[in-house]
Amino acid sequence: MDILKFITAGSVDDGKSTLIGRLLYDSGVILADQLEALHRSNRKNDDGTIDLAILTDGLKAEREQGITIDVAYKYFQTDKRKFIIADAPGHIQYTRNMVTGASNAHLAIIMIDARKGVIEQTIRHSFLVSLLGITQVVVCVNKMDMVGYDETAFNQIVSHYQQLATKVNLQNITYIPVSALKGDNIVNTSANMPWHTGKCLLDYLETVEITIDKSVAHARLPVQWVVRPQTDELHDYRGYAGRVISGSFKVNDSITVLPSGFHSTITKIELLDQDFEEATAGMSVIVHLKDHIDISRGDTLVNSTTQPELSRLIETDLCWMDTRALDTSHTYFIQHNSKLTRCRIQEVLYKVNINTLEKVYDEDFKLNDIGRIIIKTAEPLAFDTYQDNKTNGGAILIDSRTNVTVGALMFRANVE
Amino acid sequence: MSKQLDYLDELEAEAIYILREVAGQFERPALLFSGGKDSITLVRLAEKAFRPGRFPFPLVHIDTGHNFPETIQYRDEMIARLGEKLIVGYVQNSINEGKAVEQKGKNASRNALQTVTLLDTIAHYEFDACIGGARRDEEKARAKERIFSVRDEFGQWDPKRQRPELWNIYNGKIHKGENVRIFPISNWTELDVWNYIRRENIALPSIYFAHQRDCITRNGQLMAAAEFLNMDEQDVVQNKTVRFRTVGDMTCTAAVESEAFLIDDIIDEISASRISERGARMDDKVSEAAMEDRKKGGYF
Repeated sequence: MDILKFITAGSVDDGKSTLIGRLLYDSGVILADQLEALHRSNRKNDDGTIDLAILTDGLKAEREQGITIDVAYKYFQTDKRKFIIADAPGHIQYTRNMVTGASNAHLAIIMIDARKGVIEQTIRHSFLVSLLGITQVVVCVNKMDMVGYDETAFNQIVSHYQQLATKVNLQNITYIPVSALKGDNIVNTSANMPWHTGKCLLDYLETVEITIDKSVAHARLPVQWVVRPQTDELHDYRGYAGRVISGSFKVNDSITVLPSGFHSTITKIELLDQDFEEATAGMSVIVHLKDHIDISRGDTLVNSTTQPELSRLIETDLCWMDTRALDTSHTYFIQHNSKLTRCRIQEVLYKVNINTLEKVYDEDFKLNDIGRIIIKTAEPLAFDTYQDNKTNGGAILIDSRTNVTVGALMFRANVE
Repeated sequence: MSKQLDYLDELEAEAIYILREVAGQFERPALLFSGGKDSITLVRLAEKAFRPGRFPFPLVHIDTGHNFPETIQYRDEMIARLGEKLIVGYVQNSINEGKAVEQKGKNASRNALQTVTLLDTIAHYEFDACIGGARRDEEKARAKERIFSVRDEFGQWDPKRQRPELWNIYNGKIHKGENVRIFPISNWTELDVWNYIRRENIALPSIYFAHQRDCITRNGQLMAAAEFLNMDEQDVVQNKTVRFRTVGDMTCTAAVESEAFLIDDIIDEISASRISERGARMDDKVSEAAMEDRKKGGYF
């Protein structure tokens, strides 16, 4: 069995939390005591039925205001697949939380209110989904019950969204007309919309193919920790512990260590009592090398045939996540996999106006602004572009004054 | 296109990755060990992350003094097998020093007092990171928590000021006095933990399996009969076949009647159960936001 991680994106009141609540409720995964708590709570819909949104709004302030503030992670499982849902807030104020949820998702559900159609927030969310490299998108046109389950209304929204998708470069889109409130086309196929011949949402989620890393050729293992027991019987033991982020490594493969550029050969791959012939993407292992080389946390093992970029000057997309604006005179920390070094903003290329998708020149990056910059790092980074390899193409900026994560970086090019 | 790992392999690899990030990023981390199945799973994951080396952190047990004796026995045997360091923080010491005050009344519990002892222990050993076995599926406030969860100098969690957590990059930078609570099995469900324990053949304290025990009924829940429970003549002691789904201390952990003597039985039982794991925790039922409020106050 595999795991599908997905995010829900939509504006406040589009019904994201209700959709997830409905998904959980109708699949029968809500347990008796949780149901009882649900019935006990004061929040009810106008017709007296339970407000399913409270299944995900876990914070007091969220229940008070009836909105989602932070990402809630929900877990459920059917016979076919396990699911991790990142229920992200739609409010513009919490864009950074949506980026947080999207960074680990295989798939995005974009919610559109059937009465409102494609709005500013839809553009923003779709742009973010595209920027974060999510390739599978399902558009749920919600509240179909409020437009009389009208096929024309649905088709109009599909055609509007299709134009937007082209603009933000999203392919692979599936459209489903739903009512989260009434349960149409979520887990059960709706009798109210016989004109919809496609799948209902759960069926789609259970069967959609999960595309993970495209870059099979890029074998990358950032070293997190050097295992050196230094006991009498394991005097010479020296293992490099880390997680293969893409591609795979086999015993006898020749590898290069970056940034030093030293070459060696893998002699052993292990984990506790297990030995492996091959470590594939996603596996956490310990690797042994033939030669004694100076390797420490922050170094990256790569296969010798497809080398990443090695550079101190990188063009990158930036999503700014802090209330304090970007300061081009300040030195930030940059964390890229296990590597932590310092960096400065060499140049601000442009910001993107999220409403029009136009590029504007403005150095003033404020909370939730997105654009493109060039950074200069204190030490060279061994990276791939985000397009080629998400894990090795993403990094975060940390403000050295507050220690807060202030920016998400998606590397575009080596400009050294 | 590379193939996705099986879900248990994927969850395991992620947790090992997180533990190694703790080792790489912090000066003085600790692994909080309660003797429950989740922290026992963490210990196995730490073995996978660091063996044949030593753990780069001690295990820390916050002992309420109201433990199930089986848990303490398990803990001590495990530490002997691992050869790792154990630090115990005693709630009784906090009470003796006047820092914590014993609750009164029939439902008195030391559960809330643990926070005092935990924060004192963190301050005393200057821990900058505390690894815990919490899972997001346990409770709705937990579902909101990051894997690296920064706490201020008072141990407080502020849900509105959480750091964005992107990809698999965890920002562990903090100021002196702050610490980070780290949850490597955030993405596991109760059933995942059980399936992993079965797959890895991990031994557990015997109270997880069905056994005969003297119990009393309190507020509709079956509690193990123990002197800490402030029992009186109204409490009728009945011998029942029970097991425990979670292991807290004896004053706040309810038993379930069960015939699950083997791990396969437990997995069947949980798969069929209509009651969530936390449904058997008295401490979560105090109010709608009981867990959130405790976490804001520094609870683990």
